[in-house]
Amino acid sequence: MSGTLAGWLQILALVAALALSYRPLGDAIAHVLTTPRHLRVERLVYRLVGVNGDADQRWSAYLRGVLAFSAVSVLFLYGFLRLQNLLPLSLGRPPMPADQSFNTAASFVTNTNWQSYAGESTLGHLVQMAGLAVQNFVSAAVGISVVAALIRGFTRKETDRVGNFWVDLTRITLRILLPLAFVFAIVLVAGGVIQNLHGAESIPTIAGGHQSLTGGPVASQEVIKELGTNGGGFYNANSSHPFENPNAFTNWLEIYLLLAIAFALPRTFGRMAGDHRQGYAIVAVMALIWAASVAIVTVDELHSVSSRAGHAAGAMTEGKEQRFGVWASALFAASTTLTSTGAIDSAHDSYSPFGGGMTIFNMMLGEIAPGGTGSGLYGILVLAVIAVFVAGLMVGRTPEYLGKKLRGREMKFASLYILTTPTVVLAGAALAMARPGERAGMLNPGPHGFSEVLYAFTSAGNNNGSAFAGLSVDTTWYNTALGLAMLFGRFLPMVFILALAGSLAGQAPVPVTAGTLPTHRPLFVGLLTGVVLIVVGLTYFPALSLGPLAEGLQ
Amino acid sequence: MTSSLSPVVRNHLSALRILLVLTAITGFLYPLAVTGVAQGAFPYQANGSRITRHGTTMGSTLLGQNFTLPEDRRRNSGRAPGPDPAWFQPRPSAGGYDPLASGASNLGPDNPVLVRTIEARRAAVARFDGVDPRDVPADAVTASGSGLDPHISAAYAHEQVNRVARVRGLRPATVHALVTAHIQGRVLGFLGERRVNVVQLNAALANHR
Repeated sequence: MSGTLAGWLQILALVAALALSYRPLGDAIAHVLTTPRHLRVERLVYRLVGVNGDADQRWSAYLRGVLAFSAVSVLFLYGFLRLQNLLPLSLGRPPMPADQSFNTAASFVTNTNWQSYAGESTLGHLVQMAGLAVQNFVSAAVGISVVAALIRGFTRKETDRVGNFWVDLTRITLRILLPLAFVFAIVLVAGGVIQNLHGAESIPTIAGGHQSLTGGPVASQEVIKELGTNGGGFYNANSSHPFENPNAFTNWLEIYLLLAIAFALPRTFGRMAGDHRQGYAIVAVMALIWAASVAIVTVDELHSVSSRAGHAAGAMTEGKEQRFGVWASALFAASTTLTSTGAIDSAHDSYSPFGGGMTIFNMMLGEIAPGGTGSGLYGILVLAVIAVFVAGLMVGRTPEYLGKKLRGREMKFASLYILTTPTVVLAGAALAMARPGERAGMLNPGPHGFSEVLYAFTSAGNNNGSAFAGLSVDTTWYNTALGLAMLFGRFLPMVFILALAGSLAGQAPVPVTAGTLPTHRPLFVGLLTGVVLIVVGLTYFPALSLGPLAEGLQ
Repeated sequence: MTSSLSPVVRNHLSALRILLVLTAITGFLYPLAVTGVAQGAFPYQANGSRITRHGTTMGSTLLGQNFTLPEDRRRNSGRAPGPDPAWFQPRPSAGGYDPLASGASNLGPDNPVLVRTIEARRAAVARFDGVDPRDVPADAVTASGSGLDPHISAAYAHEQVNRVARVRGLRPATVHALVTAHIQGRVLGFLGERRVNVVQLNAALANHR
């Protein structure tokens, strides 16, 4: 079979798998978010926690729950990292320094999973398993909870209640994420991913040298790292490490897992809104952007022997694994940067100028195609609100989406949402570039060095977590600045989303008339895609032109 | 009990309790259950797909190794040991095939350092294997993403056959046949790339007496 045909087949098989799980997974999540029935174990959890599982909350109480849970999580994880040397299974590793612990705690709680440390030389097994991997579950569940509140804002009438955060968090973790993680963790082990509690073992090699064979509960963390669009690797090399991703099948499965929930959530949206066509329109926009991005990265990596290193080597194989090759690596790179996952199976820093630039642009889109678990859907729903508003301006009507009027109050929250991340990203990158010490952290010269800094803040602000890893980011300044960028980039948008949800829920729906813009037709799909590209393109174009564009056009 | 506390404190106490409950479930029960099932059903994979000889672990089929000359035969002390011509050589590694230092070079596509490194590797491989520099494949001159890639392309494996056969005093046809037997096709016919596992190939070579 030719490489091109095989490459196409792996993409088509992925699309088919995602299409097959769209309905059952989306419907299952909708059921979990709407059923009044609690499981016995959930009732036990609510009793232990001391909350009433049957009482819905106002948007402000829901938000206080999200923020309290996240604040407690950051402190807990910070303490865990600082004290790991006193705990069992620490493998004799010292505590993580204060600035790096802050960065790591913020990173895992915000679903970013940016890593300024190397797992295999820094962390013991307990903190990976009971600290970091727990946040892989719950930060993903928080994202889905917040989008559930927003959907209820659209679907409920004249109420001030948007759901119960504790119930959403518990149900998504226990009923959706945990069973899927368990099943696919076993599949990954069968494929070769390790799962043990050994420390590193020194062994003789075939040629008479020595090598340290590492151990760890890798599969159980790997699976939720992808499924929850987290992306923080057990090892420094992330999913390019053979113990995390041993062959092309596990690689394909990991790409599927990191896309599955985010691509199924529009179904959940359509089902809860009582109109599946609304879900299809949203997923169509996501799929269009994803397909275009996969195409651009793949073509660029295949044909970028025009870059000097590619020309010297004969193919873009620097930073890529032989078992995956260029096609599977490009597919992973586009998918991971479009989903806020940030896991990598190849080194993005060594990608061609436009291929690597595309991974930055993917993140700049705001992680919406399909985006992070939950955060992708609420991100694109805000853009849908903007698109409806723009269309309303063109014809001079009060815009409405799913029967809810988009008045000044709603548009203020949507605008604030749209402005937050670019502010964090561009201000952070500008600040770093203004400081000689931080500029010195670049590994590569010229525009590519600027791309490294731009990538870092884009990744942190959009909660992606992947890196142009040449940049030296384990400094007090970068740990602090990127930690803050992750926190602002995660929680300010959540404030606006939940405020928007509360504002929408209080409205009585307006009847559909001949003048209502249908939001399930191809016209709307095109409009929304256009809004996504224009809003992002205009915001980031100057920064992109200084980095990847300048590099590619040299 | 908690009703006398302020709502803010109560909220954070609820948050702490649910975090602890979910930590118990997803941070202990879940990984230990996965470990139990994995060790019971797939002990070979769960423990790192180890290669053993006479009961001793000699590596993992998943992790590349160095096949360099022993340290005491170094020509100049202070320089890293050179490749051993008796073995098939893996790809260049940014971390020297140390599993405690996985990672890539992270050098950009137009970085002059990377270009010079690739050109130097091409010349060195061509000299070492006695082939035309134009015949050295891309994977032989570029470092992998993990620094632990156990695989090379079939082209790079074939390119090394004559050198290995000469040093070991074997017929090239014998070594060629060994390489051909170790070529792995794409998974399920279409996933990933064709490749040769250098660790397994060299382990087979070691047994070929």
